[in-house]
Amino acid sequence: MTDVAISPTKSIYNPDARTRRRNAAEMRFRLYGLSAVVVGLVALVILLWSILASGLGSFSQAFITIDVPLTASVLDKSGTRDVEELKKVSTVGYGNVLRVALMEQLARDKVDTADVSEKEIFDLLSKEAPATLRNMVLADPSLVGQTIKFKTYANGRVDGYFKGRVTLESAKLDSNITPGQLLLAERMQDAGILTSGFNWDFFFGPDASDLRPEAAGLGIAFIGSAYMMLIVLVLAVPIGVAASIYLEEFAPKNKFTDLIEVNISNLAAVPSIVFGILGLAVFINFMGMPQSASLVGGLVLTLMTLPTIIIATRAALRAVPPSIRDAALGVGASKMQSIFHHVLPLAAPGILTGTIIGLAQALGETAPLLLIGMVSFVRSFPGAPPEGFLDPAAALPVQVYNWTQRGDPAFVERASGAIIVLLIFLVVMNLVAIVLRRRFERRW
Amino acid sequence: MSLGALLLIVIVLAILGAVAGRRRALGLVGGDKRALHSLPGHYGQVVFLFTAVPALVLTGLWLFLAPLLIDRMSSESLVGSSLTDDTAMTLVMTDVRRIARGLEVLSANGSLSESDISQMRADFSNVRVRMAEAGVALGADVGPQVFEAAKVYRDYSNTSRVLMNIAVIAVAIAGLFWSLTRISKDYRARNASEKFTVVMLIAASLVAVLTTFGIVFSLVFETYNFFRMHSAADFFFGLVWNPQFRGGSELGILPLLWGTFYVSFVALLFAVPIGLLAAIYMAEYASKPMRSVAKPLLELLAGIPTIVYGLFALITVGPFLRDYFAQPLGLGNSSSSVLTAGIVMGIMLIPFVSSLSDDIINAVPQSLRDGAYGLGSTRSETIRQVVMPAALPGIVGAVLLAASRAIGETMIVVMGAGAAAKLGLNPLEAMTTVTVKIVSQLTGDTEFASPETLVAFALGLTLFVFTLGLNIVALYIVRKYREQYE
Amino acid sequence: MNVSVNLENDVDLAQHKIVAKNVQVYYGEKHAIKDVNINIQPCSVTAFIGPSGCGKSTFLRTLNRMNDTIDICRVEGNISIDGENIYDPRVDPVQLRAKVGMVFQKPNPFPKSIYENVAYGPRIHGLTRTKAELDEVVSASLQKAGLWNEVKDRLDEGGTGLSGGQQQRLCIARAIAVSPEVILMDEPCSALDPIATAKVEELIDELRSNYTIVIVTHSMQQAARVSQRTAFFHLGNLVEEGATQDIFTNPQDKRTQDYITGRFG
Repeated sequence: MTDVAISPTKSIYNPDARTRRRNAAEMRFRLYGLSAVVVGLVALVILLWSILASGLGSFSQAFITIDVPLTASVLDKSGTRDVEELKKVSTVGYGNVLRVALMEQLARDKVDTADVSEKEIFDLLSKEAPATLRNMVLADPSLVGQTIKFKTYANGRVDGYFKGRVTLESAKLDSNITPGQLLLAERMQDAGILTSGFNWDFFFGPDASDLRPEAAGLGIAFIGSAYMMLIVLVLAVPIGVAASIYLEEFAPKNKFTDLIEVNISNLAAVPSIVFGILGLAVFINFMGMPQSASLVGGLVLTLMTLPTIIIATRAALRAVPPSIRDAALGVGASKMQSIFHHVLPLAAPGILTGTIIGLAQALGETAPLLLIGMVSFVRSFPGAPPEGFLDPAAALPVQVYNWTQRGDPAFVERASGAIIVLLIFLVVMNLVAIVLRRRFERRW
Repeated sequence: MSLGALLLIVIVLAILGAVAGRRRALGLVGGDKRALHSLPGHYGQVVFLFTAVPALVLTGLWLFLAPLLIDRMSSESLVGSSLTDDTAMTLVMTDVRRIARGLEVLSANGSLSESDISQMRADFSNVRVRMAEAGVALGADVGPQVFEAAKVYRDYSNTSRVLMNIAVIAVAIAGLFWSLTRISKDYRARNASEKFTVVMLIAASLVAVLTTFGIVFSLVFETYNFFRMHSAADFFFGLVWNPQFRGGSELGILPLLWGTFYVSFVALLFAVPIGLLAAIYMAEYASKPMRSVAKPLLELLAGIPTIVYGLFALITVGPFLRDYFAQPLGLGNSSSSVLTAGIVMGIMLIPFVSSLSDDIINAVPQSLRDGAYGLGSTRSETIRQVVMPAALPGIVGAVLLAASRAIGETMIVVMGAGAAAKLGLNPLEAMTTVTVKIVSQLTGDTEFASPETLVAFALGLTLFVFTLGLNIVALYIVRKYREQYE
Repeated sequence: MNVSVNLENDVDLAQHKIVAKNVQVYYGEKHAIKDVNINIQPCSVTAFIGPSGCGKSTFLRTLNRMNDTIDICRVEGNISIDGENIYDPRVDPVQLRAKVGMVFQKPNPFPKSIYENVAYGPRIHGLTRTKAELDEVVSASLQKAGLWNEVKDRLDEGGTGLSGGQQQRLCIARAIAVSPEVILMDEPCSALDPIATAKVEELIDELRSNYTIVIVTHSMQQAARVSQRTAFFHLGNLVEEGATQDIFTNPQDKRTQDYITGRFG
């Protein structure tokens, strides 16, 4: 036996050079790890900050309030106040009424309009304004002949000016707005004609076309998303829970159940866009369901969410100890009774948490909805369910995408605003899930 | 009768049946429920199930199968026309269905009576205008024959609707009475109801299998149609992606695959080291308070929808890279680029990689760490030389899963990578991916039955095969890895 | 080398290798080790015995600061090896553990080859300069651990492929390869069958001529077989410590007597 050269005993108080080197390496490694965590957190902060910074503006809006005399001789030549007759006056006619009213209002409030043409002044109003006024009158013909206080959006560029998105410099290069108009808008603000306020219509109004970013709202997207979540809830939860109960409690171990298991774990990883293709091919082309309908969206999202719910539910069922089942079986309950009376209620919090997380996932999903036509421009609100499920609708995340595809930068602000709303929903859902888990989590 | 009303009727029948079943069972034993085999409620359950379930299944099947049959029958009225080719036929049938739906809308809102419809002729009356009223925009080539077929189609679907209503209600009533007559004192209602329930549970778990079948079927079927119109060689080996509205498109997948892999590679290059190091730091170094704050925050990244990342790429990362890197370096001036999409996707994948790695690192038995510490390893030596090699297979699996995620990701690349199909190396240039093209080909205005649209299905199938392959391999590796330490 | 020196009679002559004074260990709120004082002799085997949860393993792990890896664990008091306090802030636990090796309850070879398992320690501590030297250290350690003849032809095979007893001897070889002065063994035979146990016990007896060994064991027979000195722990207290023969034949404390006669434990 050879004795190997052994370094002489040294004091452990003095680290040798090698140990110092190793400890330096240790520190470096630790630093790499810490910086990785920091990079992740910084990315999160920048992400949220950039969305918040560009989106918070969409919650407020510049409005212009003017007195509009709805002269009967212009708007209702027949004098019958009959809606069909009133319809004959087009939005152009109402536009003229508005223009006159705006000029008069400016004159009354002694706002200096010297270097701005009348057309430019009228352009300060949203292009949506004449249509809004017309709809008001058509809805209530008795307004004709009165002078009403009419509050409408200022043009998106003017709105952007007060939010800092548009500047006098950028206006010089912009064919849609002049610096003169912006200065006038400032004078109008001083005169109290132009005010800023919370923009409820952003939440409840319908979408608007490319030239009217100031009028675009999330109303239809809200309803569409709500309908789809309802469908997902009604379909995915019972099917998911039923499938989990079978797989966890009844399924024998054989090829067939193996197939189902493999299937579910693979479905969970299929890219979401493939579900969109499935929806397009099967629900729309094959079964003839209408495009853009929340029903199709709901079905696609259901199939997508199902694996999430099944995986969560099975975990929750597995967490209920076998002793509970044995106890129920021991007093003569059937297997079905032991599951429905004891196991399922005990697993309910876990199932609920999984469901909420699945729903949150579905709420934010965009890609498959693009393929089933939810990206198209929808102006009319869908009807009440169940028929309303077949009406064209939008969805929150798709609306975001839609807005980012438009030219006017004002839509980017809207898109970020919509994201903030979407994130608030998701945070609330996740918080509920966390609270539920904390509250009802049981350790066996 | 609307579908909602029909379902309501079935449910009401089933509830009535349940009440009747319970009554009947109790009546048979003179109200002494101890004499019954099962609880009275079970008899009600059996009747409920036998009434509602077959009727609902029939409704579902009918809704699914009837359109096929109606399609076939109404297309017979087109026979003899010049439409010999299947593709053109599919195209025309789409029009037929749309017109039929338009007619239905018009007749439903009362602006068109049945006799109006039967007199309507495509070549004379203002079909186009009326259709536009109903929200159906017609192409220029809708001939009288197509319009007639649409009328036939509409007739058939209305008949089918009526037949369905009758059949469903009949089945519900039959189920109700049949199950009621079976009730006797010794009828094992609980066993029957439970057996029925198990069947339903099995059916529910089959939904997942059906979904997979649906995916595979729709992808393969339409891909087959695509390859009948377009050469497979061009698709698989073509170096140019250049769809044309007028046909004669070059639809080579290689530039798209290149873009997909390039973006995914950049994303993984970013996400794997950061995710892995973050996981190691969280698992082995972080103090408890830090872990309890930083971990959920990182996981928050995983809960953010991809559209948010897409917007982030569009408004922040893209312009930043363009203004501070691409333009000063003279490498391009597009805000959407491989690097934009790659970095943003990388951020998205960080929590994915880190939580998977966390699981895997934690699965390495503590005894191995103790062994290394006991020999005088530092923490980092233990991690790098003992924990990592032991966890390597699991981590490879995690990376493959992340790669599959990256390849299938859509919104980030749609909003961040660009639309130009290119085979380039410059990461600051816009490139495009398979998923971007699926979206653009299926949301465009081209005819459905054209190769330009159908190519999306071939792309989808490619994507599906790639991700599925990656997943299967990854799950296999991870499972093998787990078994090693169990 | 197979010299069996009976050290029992001249323990007093030797200097103490390890001196523990007023050692307290806390796990969070729990006071796991209460005021333990013990001196451990060099080149001898000291056995820690006692019922489960008595703190013997915990105390063992304080001797090479393995408890540092557990967040909630806190050690007070003074433990010195060769007169140097191992809880001194100047001490690097990494260097300490090179001096105080450890063998664990469950054999835990790394998922690498047999050679790499043994070479790991010398590598990280930089004990060898050339490959030839490293080869020599590996073969010497395997020989000392009595495993050389069984594995010399398959050094490249995985360490996890060995039988349980071989794995444990591999772990001992791995510990020896760093040339420690003290080897701590935490129930090294509890996962082994009787034949493998006998081999390991034989090995321990051989090793004590060069190393100071502290072994935790559940089995009183084992303590009696391999150790020269025995310490009995109960509920976190060191009840009694002395020459193994004395402890087993003439225990001073009632609790020790009860334990070794099988009244509890």
